[in-house]
Amino acid sequence: MKVVLQNLTKIFPPRNKKSGGGVVAVNNFNFEFPDGKLIGLLGPSGCGKSTALNLISGLLKPTEGNIFFGEKDVTNLPAENRGVGLVFQNYALYPHLTVKQNITFPLENFKGKDRLTREQMDKKAYEAAKLVQIENLMDRKPHELSGGQQQRVAIARALVKMPCVLLLDEPLSNLDARLRLQTREELKRIQQETGITTVFVTHDQEEAMSISDMIVVMKDGVINQTGKPQEVYDNPKNLFVAKFLGTPPISVFDGQVTGGKLIVNGDEILDVPGTEDRQVKVGIRPEGFVPCVTGKMKCTLSGIEVMGRDMSVISRNPACENPVIRAIVPADTRIDTSSAEIKFDIKPGKIFLFDHETGERIY
Amino acid sequence: MQNNTDYKKVQKISAQNNRIITGVTYFFLTLWGIVVLFPFYWMVLTSVKEYATYNSEYIPKFFTLTPTFANYTEAFSAVPLGRYFLNTLIFTVVTTALMLIVVIPAAFAFARLEFKGKNFVFILFLSMMMIPNELVVITNFTTITNLGLRNTFSGLIFPSIMSVFYIYLLKENFEQIPDELYYAAKVDGTKDFKYLMKVMLPISKPTVVTITILKVIECWNSYVWPRLITDNPMYFLVSNGIQEIRENGFGRENIPAMMAAVVVISVPLVVLFLMFRKKIMAGVARGGTKG
Amino acid sequence: MEKNKLTPWLYLLPAIVFLGAFMVYPLIDVFIYSFEEGYNSASQTYFGVGGYNYSYVLHDPYFLQALKNTFILVIITVPVSTALALVISAGLASVKPLRDLYQTVYFLPYVTNTLAVGLVFMILFKKTPYSDGLINLLINMFGGQSVDFIDGPYWAKMFVLCFYTVWVVMPFKILILTSALASVDRNYYNAAKVDGTSKMRIFTKITLPMISPMIFYLVITGFIGAFKAYSDAVALFGTDLNAAQMNTIVGYIYDMLYGDSGGYPSYASAAAIILFAVVLTITCINLIISKNKVHH
Repeated sequence: MKVVLQNLTKIFPPRNKKSGGGVVAVNNFNFEFPDGKLIGLLGPSGCGKSTALNLISGLLKPTEGNIFFGEKDVTNLPAENRGVGLVFQNYALYPHLTVKQNITFPLENFKGKDRLTREQMDKKAYEAAKLVQIENLMDRKPHELSGGQQQRVAIARALVKMPCVLLLDEPLSNLDARLRLQTREELKRIQQETGITTVFVTHDQEEAMSISDMIVVMKDGVINQTGKPQEVYDNPKNLFVAKFLGTPPISVFDGQVTGGKLIVNGDEILDVPGTEDRQVKVGIRPEGFVPCVTGKMKCTLSGIEVMGRDMSVISRNPACENPVIRAIVPADTRIDTSSAEIKFDIKPGKIFLFDHETGERIY
Repeated sequence: MQNNTDYKKVQKISAQNNRIITGVTYFFLTLWGIVVLFPFYWMVLTSVKEYATYNSEYIPKFFTLTPTFANYTEAFSAVPLGRYFLNTLIFTVVTTALMLIVVIPAAFAFARLEFKGKNFVFILFLSMMMIPNELVVITNFTTITNLGLRNTFSGLIFPSIMSVFYIYLLKENFEQIPDELYYAAKVDGTKDFKYLMKVMLPISKPTVVTITILKVIECWNSYVWPRLITDNPMYFLVSNGIQEIRENGFGRENIPAMMAAVVVISVPLVVLFLMFRKKIMAGVARGGTKG
Repeated sequence: MEKNKLTPWLYLLPAIVFLGAFMVYPLIDVFIYSFEEGYNSASQTYFGVGGYNYSYVLHDPYFLQALKNTFILVIITVPVSTALALVISAGLASVKPLRDLYQTVYFLPYVTNTLAVGLVFMILFKKTPYSDGLINLLINMFGGQSVDFIDGPYWAKMFVLCFYTVWVVMPFKILILTSALASVDRNYYNAAKVDGTSKMRIFTKITLPMISPMIFYLVITGFIGAFKAYSDAVALFGTDLNAAQMNTIVGYIYDMLYGDSGGYPSYASAAAIILFAVVLTITCINLIISKNKVHH
């Protein structure tokens, strides 16, 4: 089922009434979550992404705007009646119930014609457990499980009632690094097997990029950009999005456009025809640097790190905002390490120009 | 799963249910509030009714338009209420002060000092918490009687001082003060006692205040021990005084004067409570029990 | 160096002196008393050693009356006050405006003098030649007959005693349960809500198991406290509780020690040890039950 958010705004009342104002956690949010897709809601902490999730679940009421599930307006429908599945960051498994009792808990709430027999419940719980591969842990208590297993139980509990939308709040943040990689693939598989529209919140761009069908990048309660992960990466709308996506991060320089040429630290590094003369911020992706003896951009070489098939060239430039510039090149690239200077050519598709003040993309 | 339900209707019903539940909740909360407050209201009301008026009301009135303070004068003149009050004040202040003098060094020793047999002695102390007062009160009564301390403040105060629980509470609090502070003070040549007074006590002030208040409440309301140990009204505390007033005081039927006395002895603690509401409630939640 | 070894004991000395004199020694002594037959506190003499004191106490109609009263009191007030406190705390947790005010009001009885407020209850319930008392007028309003709750039939007196006891113990229970409820992670409620759980089911299936340790703590302390009931009864019925048929075990102990029938510390000791044994047994039973039932 698709989920549509229309002009959605959430303002939290101020702590004490005298100070006035209040915090705008979500500001005029407009987006359509397409049916049957995995969507990543991405942004730094405090950007309002969890609030957005809680608005969809119904745990919070919006200050303004509407929420539609399919064609139905559910804005004022309480959480109990929305039929969404929600996985909490700390899982919120009931500690006094076994895994099986946790999973059947939502099913026992069905009333009237939806009411299930014990056998039906057990069958559904088993299916859900099987989907997340915990069917052999059914009689354990949550505290007897590892973090990864608890998380699977939480997902099974959210899925067992076949929710119209599955919401996950920072699903991987409580897992260790190795388990995180494994679980995110798992998440993708589960979503594809069930075909349930799934929204997950994360502050980890790599996580969102790797498994989402679509990402929504938020900052300060406002959507900055939406789209397929690769599209957003290749075409960031502003400096924030460009900086937020990608590891290693994009390198940002202060630059100047003069007569259709982009000048960084005195070097003419690129032709930018049709751009008026102005101060700009220049963002270059790590893979946009091509070491080349005839290269136009001169930097001070400070080191090289080889990581399997790739190599990371570390250098410095006075105009660069980042402490160091990291360029990712194939491991077999020849670099003269005896020289203190390194020259780069810049790949045209990997360089973006932003307004010096607003950070809006201009090239 | 809910595709076919009428969302508008569900919304309306749930909003309505919520309003009803909230209303019913407030109704019952208020009802219990009345049950709690009514005796207080009644006692104040009765205390300002005239004796004659009170006795002529077959159906008691819920308010009075001619409040009188005569009962209060009566309460202080016809029975030695002022004396009871003063006794209780002395008893409470001295007992609480002595309790602090006994409890603080003991908590400090358990929390900070190293000595042989510390754990054993501490466990022995803790096990004292299980001993009900009723078991020891009998011998204490005989001891105090044999010492000829009946109808004296010493007899009232000494057996009431110890509170193992407060040693425990304070010790836990002292232990949360980082060791570094102690070592820093030692390096500077600070004596243990000075460290206790100048560093530990100021840091643990909230807990000290809490146990002080709890002890004050306990003392102000104590009844059983004072009743056993005093039969001379000159040494009665308020609880015994009120019982005495009830049985022999103004003549059994002067209820307004009796209520005036009840108001007078209830006011100090109610004022104390309203002043330190948060502290008292937090302190009691941490392990106070009544009685 | 010698001085340093002694210092800790110096800090402990006052505590040890008071504990020894007023707790350890009396504790040992009370057992001795309870087996010394015919002890006379004035002359400090006794006839012999044995179980006669226990046998006397257990055959004393006043003690049996006190035992019966105490058990009725315990069996009624502990469940009633705990359940009522639970309902009130749950209600309190579900509302926001005025919560602080309600909490403050509910706590008031804790800081009041049991004896003093007991007098107010007495005049509310008492039937006098001048007036039937407010409670009786209320009963009359609903078509009932006036009853003298203070000097009247046994069940009426027991009712007032239970009522007043509940009133007195409620503040502590409400306070403990309110803080227990506040410590339950809100996410559990949110999780249950999203799954469409009704309020009633959330309460019975999630809230109750989560706060069950605190409920059992209250039940245990409630039992202990109710077994020691005394001042509430004195407040309502006066010091001559035997005459009012309203004595409690603790009241019996004090009366034996010093009162109208007083001067028999041996009987008092035997009664105190019987009480201690009863409380200990009940507490152990409670602990065993709670081990099987409570989620920790």
